[in-house]
Amino acid sequence: MELADFSAHQIARLVHRRELSAAEVTEAALQRIQAVDGRPGSLEPGAITTEDQGKVHAFITLTAERARRQAAAVDQKLAAGEDPGPLAGVPFTSKDIFCVEGTPSTAASRILANFMAPYTATPVARMEAAGAVLLGKVNLDEFAYGSSSESSAFQPAPRNPWDTSRVPGGSSGGSAASVAAGECALSLGTDTAGSVRQPAAFCGVVGVKPTYGRVSRYGLIAFGSSLDCPGPVARDVRDAALALNAISGADPHDSTAAAAPVPDFSAGLEESVRGLRVGLSPEYFRIIYINAASGEIDTQPISAEIESAVLQAANHLAGMGAEIVENVSMPHTRYGIPVYFVISRVEAASNLHRFDGVKYGYRTPDPVQDLSEMYRKSRGQAFGPQPKLRILMGMYVSAAQYSAQYYNRALKVRTLIRRDFDQAFDPQGALRLHALLTPTTPTTAFPIGDLYGDSVLMQYADQFTVPANHAGVPGISLPGGFDAQGLPIGIQLLGPDFSEARLLQLGRAYEIATHQAGWRQRKPAVLEGRLP
Amino acid sequence: MTDQITSELFQHLVLLGAMELEPGEAEYIRRQLNNQLKAINELAAIPLDDSTLPASHGVPFTPEITPPLRADEWRPEPDPQKILAQAPQLEDGYIIVPEIPHTDL
Repeated sequence: MELADFSAHQIARLVHRRELSAAEVTEAALQRIQAVDGRPGSLEPGAITTEDQGKVHAFITLTAERARRQAAAVDQKLAAGEDPGPLAGVPFTSKDIFCVEGTPSTAASRILANFMAPYTATPVARMEAAGAVLLGKVNLDEFAYGSSSESSAFQPAPRNPWDTSRVPGGSSGGSAASVAAGECALSLGTDTAGSVRQPAAFCGVVGVKPTYGRVSRYGLIAFGSSLDCPGPVARDVRDAALALNAISGADPHDSTAAAAPVPDFSAGLEESVRGLRVGLSPEYFRIIYINAASGEIDTQPISAEIESAVLQAANHLAGMGAEIVENVSMPHTRYGIPVYFVISRVEAASNLHRFDGVKYGYRTPDPVQDLSEMYRKSRGQAFGPQPKLRILMGMYVSAAQYSAQYYNRALKVRTLIRRDFDQAFDPQGALRLHALLTPTTPTTAFPIGDLYGDSVLMQYADQFTVPANHAGVPGISLPGGFDAQGLPIGIQLLGPDFSEARLLQLGRAYEIATHQAGWRQRKPAVLEGRLP
Repeated sequence: MTDQITSELFQHLVLLGAMELEPGEAEYIRRQLNNQLKAINELAAIPLDDSTLPASHGVPFTPEITPPLRADEWRPEPDPQKILAQAPQLEDGYIIVPEIPHTDL
């Protein structure tokens, strides 16, 4: 195994023992980036070449010298007999939606292309304080608005390391792709409707959406402030637990960061799952969506391969003593996307008002008559179609004459979605579930260009992930095998508030049960030189 | 079916949103908004009683997990110049903007 493919827990252990230096690990990661990533995203990309089509393009900004300095500092601490932290020397990337002091922090938007963050986001600062080494900022959908990473203003957009003709998912596509391709061991993403879990599923890695409030949002360029959850992407559950330990906990800079106790997520990972109750819900085995042509509601079963992967996971957990509870009713699951179309747009429109060409970011170079024209030209020229869509929809559904019909109604339906989870997880209730086991996505990674432009169908890619964002509950996506086309399948575990330790424990049990499976040995196409 | 967001309403929203749109872009965005509204309109059929309160967030913020507010204390920004330097146009420490529209009284 090459050093770039070592797990975070292996690296941290070897660096602590001084059998490996942080500098060596960093160089191995930079070499892997050099080999597989291709050119970084830029505002003036020109034509996409044949060579581009075989690369990952996870990065917007590579911070190689900064990383080398951090790695040297880790090695110096060890040489001085000090402990650099539990993530000593572990290379990680950050979705470019987190501010990192002194780096361009773009949100993959032209409007922030020239913005240098004056401070560092709490989750990134905590990773660095734990000894992890930041390699750079990775690409995403513009302002995290999308499920494929194709809407980035910085092209070429990230590609799926398992098949570079396909999307890596989104919006944390650069995060999942960089971890899957061994460009880093860990990445920080954000999940507003599934933006950590969906790309993790598409790229065959682990993605955690913590409970809302478990991880501080300080320094995160906001999308939907009541939905956004920073979370880690990793290649296995043990690494995800290590990263979650590093970033969790209250933060005086964010009053919504919960003052809940943070357990050691690594401590109970391999405890028995005997007696844990895991539910299966029929509402997560079919997709219900609006047919744009007919305007009618269509219902389709998910693919047999994805259904089979979830049921096999249930069998594995049952084999380890978990109790599988079938036919759990989650009747409001289907409304997750319509509710999201309203709430996320209102919150996004509000958060985007600050980008006006006055204090920072892009200002039109065109001559203007007055301030209003400067606003209109700056925002018109520098926002892509996705932010524009969200601003306009957000304003429409929250306007005084429409808000009762749309926004207030959506907030009430959010209550019903939350109630589904409360009933499923109620320790005194009929079901008393510890977790719900579902597919992460209705499909595997789709071809680049297939859905982009259809903002409705694209949104339905998040149908099984978005209910957890409305409810605030935690979720984890785990690699669950491959489909017939060799594309990763993701399986998802959802649990009650602040039950991340239990979800990670169940995830680790599934990893142990499938450790010997042939599919666990597969490598992404970019690491085997396979071209699409 | 008639578009819910007509061209006239769309132009009004664009004005409120302070964005200048290219004609082709405007038509694409208006079409997408109307398609999204078809999905949103599914919410109208859900029976809601008075006991269903709106949820502005999912996780209840109980006293046990609500952090105390920070002390309301003035703290100096370590390097205001670093922040001001981000402004597109700066003069003597002031951020410069074009003429602000006004009506003479």
